[in-house]
Formats: sequence, C-alpha cells, structure tokens
Amino acid sequence: MRKVFLPRDMAELWSAMADEPAARVYAGGTDLLVAMRAGTVVAPALICLERLAELQGVREEGEEIWLGAATTHAALLSNPLVGRHLPLLVQALRTLGSPPIRNMGTIGGNICTASPAGDTLPPLYVLAAEVELQSPGGRRRLPLRDFIAGPGQTRLETGEILTGVRVRKPVDANCHRFEKIGQRQALACCIVSMAALLTVTPAGVVASIRLAWGSVGPTVMEAPAAEAALTGSFMTRENLHRAAVFVRQAVAPIDDIRASAAYRREVAGNLLLRLLPG
Amino acid sequence: MTVQFNLNGRRIALDVDPDRRAVDILREELGLTGTKEGCGAGECGACTILVDGVNRLSCLMLAAQLSGREITTIEGLSREGGTHPLPEAFVKHGAVQCGFCTPGMILGAAALLQENPAPTRDEIRRGISGNLCRCTGYQKIVDAVAEAARAIQEGEPSS
Repeated sequence: MRKVFLPRDMAELWSAMADEPAARVYAGGTDLLVAMRAGTVVAPALICLERLAELQGVREEGEEIWLGAATTHAALLSNPLVGRHLPLLVQALRTLGSPPIRNMGTIGGNICTASPAGDTLPPLYVLAAEVELQSPGGRRRLPLRDFIAGPGQTRLETGEILTGVRVRKPVDANCHRFEKIGQRQALACCIVSMAALLTVTPAGVVASIRLAWGSVGPTVMEAPAAEAALTGSFMTRENLHRAAVFVRQAVAPIDDIRASAAYRREVAGNLLLRLLPG
Repeated sequence: MTVQFNLNGRRIALDVDPDRRAVDILREELGLTGTKEGCGAGECGACTILVDGVNRLSCLMLAAQLSGREITTIEGLSREGGTHPLPEAFVKHGAVQCGFCTPGMILGAAALLQENPAPTRDEIRRGISGNLCRCTGYQKIVDAVAEAARAIQEGEPSS
C-alpha cells in the first residue's frame, strides 16, 4: 500500500514532499495513474494537488493572465477571462480528451507530462507562456519552451512543483487558430496539431505571425523560416504553400501507431492552408 | 485509512487502502457493480461516476480522493424507490444492447443535462463523447437523451 497525500495548503504540500521525497505528484491523474497501471511509472507514494486552492483558478494581472496549474481543462473552458483573452487555448482545450477527461485533467498536468502530443502546448508556445515553479526554497519563472526538455521530460527539479502558467494577453492578434488532426473527433491523441497567432492588416498583409506544431517532433516544433516567409506577405494560397515547404523542413516527426512520419510532415505543412480566409 | 464521503445520499466511512482505485472500492468493497471497468485508462467512460455532480472516471481516481465528496453512481441516480427520466428513456428507445456502457453513458448524460438542460443533438453527441458504445451506433442513445431532456424540462417521467 502506498501513502496518498491530499495537501490542503502549501505547508502541508511541502511537509508531504519532505516526508516522501520520491513521491509522484499529480493533479487529475489522467496521465500518471494510467502510466502506473501500465507499469511504466513506479511511485512509492503519491501526492495529489487537486485540493490546493493556491493552484486553482484564473487571474487577470495587468497585461498578463495567470492560469493555476491545478485548474481543470473544463474550468478553463468555462472561465470568462480565458474565453475573452485566450481563444486559441479555448480551441485547443475543446479538442482535448473528452468531457470527463477535461473535468479531471489540468493544464499543469498537460505541461508536466510534456507529451509531444499535449494539446495545450502548441497554443502556450505561440503565446510565449512562462511557467511558475515553486519549492520551499523559493520561486522561479521559466519560458515554457525552456521548461520542456524532451518527450516526457521537464526541467522541474526535485522538491519543486509547477504552480501556474502566465501568458501575456495577445492584444494585437486578430487571428487565433488551433487545428488538430486525430483519428477521430473525441478522445483522440493528436497526429498533427498546429497553433497559429496572427496579426493581419485590413489589407490582408501578415503583420506578425507565431506558429507551433504538436506531435511532429520530440517537443513542440517551431518554424521561424516559415514565419519569416509569411511576415509582410499577403495571406494567399501561393504564399502559404511556399511557407509550408519551410514547415516540412523544420519538423522532425516519427512513425508510430497513429501515423507515419511522412504523413505527419506533409500534413504539418498543409495545415498552414487552413489559415486561408474564407 | 478511513475515507468519509457521501455515497448516493448516504454518509459513509470506509477503512480502505488510500491507493486503491475508486472503481474497485465501489465494486469490491461496496458491491455497487453498476459502475463498470472497461479500459482502465480513461478512454471508454464505462466507469463514469458523478463527483460533486461532475462526471469523472472512477478508474483514474484513488480512494483517498473520495474523501469529503458527494458521489453518485448509477445505483443512486434515481430517487429512493422511484425512476429517473434518463434510464426510462433509454428503455423506451432501445438505447441499450449489451448494456456495459449504459451506466456510464447515463451518468455522462445526466451531467450534461445538469449543465445544459436543453441540448441540441450535436451538443448531446459532444456531451457523451467520452462514453464509448460499441453496440448501438449512438443514434438511439441520442434519441433517448433528447427525450429525457424534454421530460426533465416538463417535469414529467418520459413514458
């Protein structure tokens, strides 16, 4: 039998982590408990963050939005601040898992699982999200892209937890798009996803663009060459096709049970065409 | 450890290992075998229960997490000795074949109707998208949920 801790405040959390330094920390359990049952993760003790008020909710702080790490996907979806300021994240959350998975899984869990297919990650990359990490010794902030180190790997240190995610409101963006290709509409682990955040002038010229792809590399993939090719260009089919070539060069997909690397590479580029107006 | 929670309207206290899964506690300790285990990995919805009124998966919850919660299983959906419009409508529409998904499906639908009492057919499909049925093809399930929604709104049993 393993101990299961349900800390109700940060003091209880630090004390549980000190008592059981090898304990695994989780919130929704939708990844960790599956991995434990499959035998790929062994946990001598468990610490569940679901009752920590400090890790819950959404706050508007000046130019930034703070998302508590243990906030469920469903809670984010029904939050008016998220709806108003982060439509890109909303689109991604709607495709994540299923209603019960969204009622359990949390944004902090999606980040710490660090799956290349994590649905919230491409949107958070293009939003230049920062993670907030806390330990009894203090707090630090890291850009999300520096926090995620590889498939299933983060820079979380022993004794440290993820408490929240911070994003700057994308006030200038007027096009927010998340696209996901899966094997079915619900409960689908993504084959390729793309997050796009653009500012397009009334004349139809791309003033700025940020792009990121999921499931086509060991972590979220970016394509600065494609962004550069599109910046200052009209949003035409030809220009998007031209930029798609850079996307296919930038991604590093693998063959797996869901799709081949060649298919993923092709589709990663093709998803750009979905940005065509109309 | 002793875990105290409300189960189908009754306050209970159980002495159980905190790391056992909620689905195992319900089925093996409490004999509530209406809650099914399908995949054990969060992909099928057969183990759906309501936790404080919200549909969650009892295969991905540990006993310790039941503490202090209001738990509803399929056995507790109907009022004492009464019926509930959802199972009534499932019977009427033939929305059940093998029946393995049915308890989870009904609880998933109950959570949906709590949040959205008058869903469109598309909203019903999305609402139950975490509950897999390999028999019915879903049409009759959607019919049943739509009828139950109407019945609940009218405050009458569906048949």
